[in-house]
Amino acid sequence: MSAVMQNPSAIHPGNRLYRSRKRVNVILLIVSGLAIAFGLFWLVWILGTLLYEGGNALAHATLYYQMTPPPGADGGLANAIAGSLVMVAAGTLLGTPIGVLAGTYLAEYGRHGWLAGATRFLNDVLLSAPSIVIGLFVYSVYVARVKHFSAWAGAFALALLVIPVVVRTTDDMLKLVPHTLREAAMALGCPSWKMIVFVTYRAARTGILTGILLAVARISGETAPLLFTALNNQFWSNNMNAPMANLPVVIFQFAMSPYEDWHRLAWGGAALITLAVLVLNILARALFRRTD
Amino acid sequence: MELVETSNHAETLNNSQSPRRLRSASWADPAFEWLTRVFAFVVFSLLVAILASLVVGSQVTLQKYGFSFIWSSDWDPVKERFGALVPIYGTIVTSLIAMLIGVPVSFGIALFLTELSPAWLKRPLGTAIELLAAIPSIIYGMWGLFVFAPLFQEHVQPALVNTLGAVPFFGALFAGPSIGIGMLTAGLILSIMVIPFIAAVMRDVFEIVPPMLKESAYGLGATTWEVVWRVVLPYTKVGVIGGVMLGLGRALGETMAVTFVIGNAHHLAVSLNAPGNSIASALANEFTEAVGDIYFSALIELGLILFLITTIVLALAKLLLMRLARREGTRT
Amino acid sequence: METSTAAKLAARPAIHTSMREGRAADAVAPSELKAKLRINRLNFYYGGFHALKNITMDIPERKVTAFIGPSGCGKSTLLRTFNRMYALYPDQRAEGEILMDGENLVTTKQDVSLIRAKIGMVFQKPTPFPMSIYDNIAFGVRLFESLSKRDMDERVEWALGRAAIWNEVKDKLSQSGQSLSGGQQQRLCIARGIAIKPEVLLLDEPCSALDPISTAKVEELIHELKTDYTVVIVTHNMQQAARVSDYTAYMYLGELIEYDVTDTIFIKPKKAATEDYITGRFG
Repeated sequence: MSAVMQNPSAIHPGNRLYRSRKRVNVILLIVSGLAIAFGLFWLVWILGTLLYEGGNALAHATLYYQMTPPPGADGGLANAIAGSLVMVAAGTLLGTPIGVLAGTYLAEYGRHGWLAGATRFLNDVLLSAPSIVIGLFVYSVYVARVKHFSAWAGAFALALLVIPVVVRTTDDMLKLVPHTLREAAMALGCPSWKMIVFVTYRAARTGILTGILLAVARISGETAPLLFTALNNQFWSNNMNAPMANLPVVIFQFAMSPYEDWHRLAWGGAALITLAVLVLNILARALFRRTD
Repeated sequence: MELVETSNHAETLNNSQSPRRLRSASWADPAFEWLTRVFAFVVFSLLVAILASLVVGSQVTLQKYGFSFIWSSDWDPVKERFGALVPIYGTIVTSLIAMLIGVPVSFGIALFLTELSPAWLKRPLGTAIELLAAIPSIIYGMWGLFVFAPLFQEHVQPALVNTLGAVPFFGALFAGPSIGIGMLTAGLILSIMVIPFIAAVMRDVFEIVPPMLKESAYGLGATTWEVVWRVVLPYTKVGVIGGVMLGLGRALGETMAVTFVIGNAHHLAVSLNAPGNSIASALANEFTEAVGDIYFSALIELGLILFLITTIVLALAKLLLMRLARREGTRT
Repeated sequence: METSTAAKLAARPAIHTSMREGRAADAVAPSELKAKLRINRLNFYYGGFHALKNITMDIPERKVTAFIGPSGCGKSTLLRTFNRMYALYPDQRAEGEILMDGENLVTTKQDVSLIRAKIGMVFQKPTPFPMSIYDNIAFGVRLFESLSKRDMDERVEWALGRAAIWNEVKDKLSQSGQSLSGGQQQRLCIARGIAIKPEVLLLDEPCSALDPISTAKVEELIHELKTDYTVVIVTHNMQQAARVSDYTAYMYLGELIEYDVTDTIFIKPKKAATEDYITGRFG
């Protein structure tokens, strides 16, 4: 055996290699702490800015009942808020059934054949696809055909954003339902569709609801798909077949303009959207945690 | 359309049914299954439909320019001459900046959340990071334009120009006037946006490393950093790459955060301080104003290019993450 | 009863009788030997659960000591206190004394990674690192020593040789550690553990995931290792404890019931509880 084997133990506090490793460790762990501080810093700054700039506008009641004004005049965001609510609701109502049923296919019937695996894959790609391309798609197949912008087009685009989220969560949640529950229903002579609708859906309902909430949170803040579909409207509109005001596009328009009062309204709208999105997320999270 | 397939449930049912139940099940069950299958097919064909409509919509410029569209830096709506180079360049550069900053920071965050954070802090910190992901991108855009850009222009950019800008060759990236907005700013804002996504995937992937493996490394006397860098990271590298590509996919397609601060200039510049354009921001700014078939077609072709790039990146990410999931399945 | 345990002992494979013969000569009580680890009134808690109760024992130097007992008796828990593995988990804590070379491992201010480097550990399932076989061995060595390539090669060969796996892997050192069979992986982990020349080797059910042939190879290895290292092995397999160890501790529900020379424990245990376990009356 060589000298290497006979060396006295290198394992002692004075070992130079050991000390430099310890130093490196401490430095890099501090850096990782800085990384999380970095992330939190931006979160706090952005939310703080929103609160500060938009808080003022939010406190004014006029925000909620006056229409979007021309530059220089007083006004609010009522038509935009209403329009957003309408389109988000319509988009959710359109997209959720499609998403839930497709997700049901993936979880319940998808064991044989190619459709399930391929759909799951493409769905996940769609989930992260650029939303502006979705807007472009709806424009090409719908708006360009009927030759006018409309709230329906906007809702359609939002529905296309809702679908992948709901498909994914429905698929995941249904898969979590234990097989024993299904078998118990079948053993009673329950037909397959009833078992799915009355037993499996019931068991997974909190999870599916969470998915829908997350989808709503997502589309509430989306601007790009509405840019070429619903466009915008200066006034209050009850017509789903015509352009409709909505918060994100109004914010975009007002913020990019040179007018101060429009900026103020834009901050108010931004704060409103963020509040809605955060509340929805926290709700979804709380709901989901109750199922654990 | 679809191969004839018998559902598991229908098989087990048919053996033990009373005639009355069989009658009601005979149309309800297949009908329900058919319904779900139709919608699954709808979802399946969405991606293909989007691709098809984009191809059809950009026929005019596809035929007119062919591949030269990609490397032409023209953009003249009046003379109707278009090229995708500037928006493609802007998209890639801003995404690259976002990745260069975002990936190490996300790694640091994932490290902290999995190895360093005390137990009571893990949940709130994780939630905070996820909230960062939930903030709509238009908020990032507005904040970037009104708050970040002016401060950046006054305090940070001149310093960058003076220090990094003075370095030969590399310095050209930081030359030029400091106007606050531009590709660098857009890249920075984008990095803050992708951090929560990548950090979340990294954290999830780090958490499934078997504790015994980590204990083996600690048991030899390794430090926390060494365990993460030399054992955890190689073990999870497939998932980490998948997560990074997911973040890249998002960065490439991001519209509003970039549109506010990129400057909307159809002009190729070396300096990152200069304004530019990304595909998404060009679409957002110009689509509703576009007039004429060629202009429209050019814009839609930009959308097609973006769609293709992001679909490839996201598909790759998904494949990698699926490989990790399969390997974990056989492992445990 | 004596007859059934004697029958069980007689049923052990002949290949290991050489080990027994080697041991018969030094059948001294554990407390009379030089102790490597002295454990004194050790208590361990998982949160509020009192998992180890007032354990007091001496682990003799350069002998093989086995911990046996039914599931949940605390034998693995006790083993893991020796190298402070519990420090990785916030709600686990230990109180009492574990003295090694005069230093109390439970309360020492000394850096835990130094302790761990002196006390090696092999786990139930083989845990090769995601790197080449060579790097698996070199990983631990590089933590404390900067060796030249030639010296490192020598160390790697020595460690793999000591773990009785050198001949099987000498031509594929650059292949991933995970490409080996289960038994080979476990011997790789043992090689990795001894490459840094620890003073104590802790083996936590090292053969539970291995086939009988690999198990036999590992058991032979343990027999050789004790010339240089103090070995403590946790096993749920009583025959293995009887084959491999010099001293055996029987534990039950967090308490040390009996601790003595292995042959005493298995042939003439002093406590009825021990005898019940040995003869398979329960557990």
